[in-house]
Amino acid sequence: MAVPSSSARVKRAWDVLHGVLDPEVPAISVTDLGIVRDVVEHDGGLEIVVTPTYSGCPATEVIAQAITDALTAAGLAPARVTQRRAPAWTTDWITPRGREKLRACGIAPPGACASAAPIRLMARDVDCPHCGSAQTERLSAFGSTACKSLYRCVACREPFEHFKPI
Amino acid sequence: MTTDFAPLPASASPSAAAASTTTGSIAFAPSPQEAYLMRIGDSCLIHAQRLAEWSGHAPILEEDIALTNLALDLVGQARALLAHVGQQTGFDEDQLAFLRDERDFVNVTLVELPGRRAGRDFADAVLRNLLLAAWMNVLWAKLQASNDGEVAAIAGKAVKESRYHVAHAADWVVRLGDGTDESARRMRQAVERLWPYTAELFETDAIDTAAAESGLGPMRVSLKAEWEAIVAPVFAQARLPIPASGAFRSTGSRGVHSEHLGYLLAQMQTLQRSFPGGVW
Repeated sequence: MAVPSSSARVKRAWDVLHGVLDPEVPAISVTDLGIVRDVVEHDGGLEIVVTPTYSGCPATEVIAQAITDALTAAGLAPARVTQRRAPAWTTDWITPRGREKLRACGIAPPGACASAAPIRLMARDVDCPHCGSAQTERLSAFGSTACKSLYRCVACREPFEHFKPI
Repeated sequence: MTTDFAPLPASASPSAAAASTTTGSIAFAPSPQEAYLMRIGDSCLIHAQRLAEWSGHAPILEEDIALTNLALDLVGQARALLAHVGQQTGFDEDQLAFLRDERDFVNVTLVELPGRRAGRDFADAVLRNLLLAAWMNVLWAKLQASNDGEVAAIAGKAVKESRYHVAHAADWVVRLGDGTDESARRMRQAVERLWPYTAELFETDAIDTAAAESGLGPMRVSLKAEWEAIVAPVFAQARLPIPASGAFRSTGSRGVHSEHLGYLLAQMQTLQRSFPGGVW
């Protein structure tokens, strides 16, 4: 993660951003998700640099609005959100705290993103977020959002979602 | 959510109302560089529209969700490319998507072939997904080295998404091709119908050459070996024969389309044509 400049205003902005939740996975914040890449202070206000998760993620605009709303409510306006596409977001940027929060709400966190893996090998080593068993099977490659797939635990019989490594 | 549609004039007759609220096409004259990017963006966009036709109609709920998720990625990729070209040409992404005429679309013909609405088989849908996802995977991988920084950034994201598209489509092609006698028969028919349109994916012309010479992106012919390296093993596992190459060449990426694209555009564009500037 980019090192923020050290002004008090920027520090306060980061504190506020830690409390802005992802609208599609409200268990974790936008900073735990790793999409906030930088907070820059300009003469005219704050610039929040965000890297989108998926090309077609419908939450992108909602997240930008939630960020400006939260900063405005905290008295840090004016603030604007800008997009930075490169380097592309990867689930490797989800923080350890974010992974624990995902697991706690029943979503198996992504494993390390192996970009060089053979194209037809899908993750088979997804542990159940409820009972911890490795005996799980995939029900569907896609789930309620583009970033998740559906699994079932063979041990405790509970269905769960898996945040896909990308 | 608010809608922002222009109201129809209350006093006008239906035909007069239609005439007064129908938006004409933009005059779009792209440079060779822009045309190169529009070929990719249009192929993503039209492919997404065809996939979205399956929404509510796929054989199982999970596949319904999968197909629309694939479409969502493709719409996002198309948006990024059209917005990028639009910045250079003075149009926004919506104008480029909804206010161009059929001959100004330069998608490959394969993506516009009829889908569910024309009674085509689900086999056609899963086969087309594989053929195109493999092509886009190879294309995006090479576009990461584009000398256009925005294109390279779009490709850096899209290449990762396309890996999931390939994997998902390959699963289905194997499941059906190496499934029952009935599913195998229908997959073979889909191969016979769609395979002739794959030749266009590797055609080279002046636009292609200019892009390669300037460092914008690869020539399409350079994608073929890697595409085959993805597709051929899946066909082998699915027990599907790879047809011999023929003389037929489709010409969608030159703006000369099959009879099917016009109908697709009529449906896709009707809202913006009838309610100019309407937003969600």
